[in-house]
Amino acid sequence: MSPAQRALRVAPAGEAAPTGEAAVRPHVTIRSLSKRFDSVAVYDKFDLDIPRGELISVFGPNGCGKSTLINMIAGLISPDAGEILFDGMRLDEIKFGYVFQNYREALFPWLRAFDNIAYPLKMMKVPPAERRARTEKLVEHLGIKLDLKLYPYQMSGGQQQLVSIMRALIVEPEILFLDEPFSALDYEMTLFMREQLQRIFMETGTTTVLVSHDLEEAVYLADRVLLLSRHPARIADFTPVTAARPRTVATLSDPDFVRTKAHCLEVFQREVRRA
Amino acid sequence: MKANKLEGFLPVIGVAGLLAIWSLTAWNKWVDPVLLPSPELTFKALWQGMNGGTLGFDFVKTVYRTAASTAIAAVIAIPLGIVLGSSEKVYRSLEFVIDFFRSTPASAMFPLFLVLFGVGDETKISVAAFGAILVILFNVAYGVMNARKTRLLAAKVMGASRLRVLFDVMLLESLPQTFVGLRNGISLALVIIVVAEMFIGSQDGLGHSVFEAQQLFDMPRMYAAIFAAGALGYGLNLLFILIERRFVHWSGK
Repeated sequence: MSPAQRALRVAPAGEAAPTGEAAVRPHVTIRSLSKRFDSVAVYDKFDLDIPRGELISVFGPNGCGKSTLINMIAGLISPDAGEILFDGMRLDEIKFGYVFQNYREALFPWLRAFDNIAYPLKMMKVPPAERRARTEKLVEHLGIKLDLKLYPYQMSGGQQQLVSIMRALIVEPEILFLDEPFSALDYEMTLFMREQLQRIFMETGTTTVLVSHDLEEAVYLADRVLLLSRHPARIADFTPVTAARPRTVATLSDPDFVRTKAHCLEVFQREVRRA
Repeated sequence: MKANKLEGFLPVIGVAGLLAIWSLTAWNKWVDPVLLPSPELTFKALWQGMNGGTLGFDFVKTVYRTAASTAIAAVIAIPLGIVLGSSEKVYRSLEFVIDFFRSTPASAMFPLFLVLFGVGDETKISVAAFGAILVILFNVAYGVMNARKTRLLAAKVMGASRLRVLFDVMLLESLPQTFVGLRNGISLALVIIVVAEMFIGSQDGLGHSVFEAQQLFDMPRMYAAIFAAGALGYGLNLLFILIERRFVHWSGK
């Protein structure tokens, strides 16, 4: 990482620590979270602190409740018990963005990409002229080259998911949730999208929670990997990833990175075998 | 390239084949000419009838009745379908009734509507509207109910209220299915109108035209009226497909 890039990474977050080690007060605090589906306790008195301005990957065995966790944090599923606070505030008091796995069904096909991105502002009753200006500013800021006059169905899968991500970012969220955002894309597009997400994260410094089913992706993108056990889910490990950003293909073969990934895999396999 | 050019002509082959067989049959008098007139006589009757003849007047009458009944049906069925579709409980409790009357041949309702509305236009239009309402209602409700769950959730996480979700998402989500309903509805309305024009004290309309020509044994005129009715049905369907392509551009994508 060049000094300029480091400055870029740290500057927007302000008080946040450059890497995960000494996080300041947590952004999200989760206390005694419990959730049952029928007779299965997916979460039972689950506690977690999410550090500010970091990208957290959630990884764990199938059916351990990775998506359930972020869906509860983002208010898509209501927990049976427990408390989730963002700087001491409830979800309805903060701005957040959510990116679905299924971009095809999450975008509105009757709106052009531009209006899809601006839609959350309409919900916030922002006047049309300002909606337009803010959307244009975001697109310019992210430097993403897309023809936003197109309808979603005229775009490739990756482009559609980029539109979804921009739609989540338009409200200038305090926290961004992504539920397996790239798993419906082909490998080439997935690699490209990882770079895009990394770039967006470095630009904005928004606290980000990413659910992934690909360990390499989880480690590659994260400041910390949240490894969950089988249900009822516990924190099996909350592994910091110290590799400098921007990470590249070279990072994948970096000894530190390989060691971190191996450690995560070991924890994962231990949790899988425990069943 | 050559194959592509030829492909554009494929639909013409069926038409040309039919005309050829028909001409041959008429020319050789394989069928009694009284029952099957030649294509020339038929198209002459069609041309004359549509250009200042009574057939043109009958055509307009049938278009008016079909359009009126479909419009009434749409105005009633679309809002009702949205209400029905947005509440699973309401839908489940009315599903049987709707399905039952949807399955009842609308022609079986003629006597009832005759008692209610007399022998005028109201009866024809209301029976056709009755048939079309149930078809449109069913499709609209189905379209609303099958709105993509992810899309509804997406609107919800972006802070859309229930009413917003209804207007911004469910309504638009149901449009492709609504058009299926409208297309089927207008086809059914046309069938009912033509039948009604034949049998319930009608003085005009394509159904009347076909029936009268048959009574007078004026076969070219009868075939001409049948063709006019066919063209009307085909044209209405095409019209709705064009409207759908224009306004529901995302349909099937």
